[in-house]
Amino acid sequence: MTIGDIAKLLDCEVLCCEDKLQNEVHTACGSDMMSDVLAFVKDQAVLLTGLLNPQVVRTAEMMDIICIVFVRGKKPDEAVVQLAGQKNIVILSTKSRMFEACGILYDSGLRGGESASPVGGAD
Amino acid sequence: MNVLELHYDVPGDDFTRAGEASSAIKNKLKQMGISPDVIRNIAIATYEGEINMVIHANGGTIDVFVGADAITMMLKDTGAGIPDTELAMREGYTTAKEEIRSLGFGAGMGLPNMKKYTDEFELKSEVGVGTQVTMKVYLNK
Repeated sequence: MTIGDIAKLLDCEVLCCEDKLQNEVHTACGSDMMSDVLAFVKDQAVLLTGLLNPQVVRTAEMMDIICIVFVRGKKPDEAVVQLAGQKNIVILSTKSRMFEACGILYDSGLRGGESASPVGGAD
Repeated sequence: MNVLELHYDVPGDDFTRAGEASSAIKNKLKQMGISPDVIRNIAIATYEGEINMVIHANGGTIDVFVGADAITMMLKDTGAGIPDTELAMREGYTTAKEEIRSLGFGAGMGLPNMKKYTDEFELKSEVGVGTQVTMKVYLNK
């Protein structure tokens, strides 16, 4: 699945890095707890979150996450979008709620990747 | 002998800037051609430590030593210290306030994650003096 497919499936507004929509996404993670996100290593992942602060982008950067989807119609402020732009992380915003957005992506074949740790609940 | 030594001061008064040092370290290691998996482990472990410094200790310092066989990260602060380091290492244990939890941290995963992503991990802390975390990631596994 590409980032562009995710944008279509979740009817997203693209807020940054529109030129990277063709990049492939292999796994997904939905969480508002960044510590939980950091407990999982996934390749070419997308992060779905309702949290809007700059640490969402920082966390994505550390994890090599290539796309962040803000759920429930939320949009981060310009500084956060700019930071994501500097890090080449695509920012999407969907009106879907977290559960619904994760369900749509799962139903379309996207999976959670490694989740061996019993602690976390990030998926 | 170390190939490269890096030093960063982490300000403790601005949560929005937390992670800048880890980001700079990640970029530096990328420029050196270190393998992406090794860089990611170092970046995550250092970032968790940097966040802890800002949340709990009003900032601190990060020193990175790049050697031929391993990369060592030394994180030091002069914060309140950790009374029970064994308890602090337990997954899910946290003393973070609700305000920090609302920012997405303080799930009690910081120190366990730092240990999980590194090959060697040492936590030293003294109440009223501060905390020092030394972590090592091997380059040739």
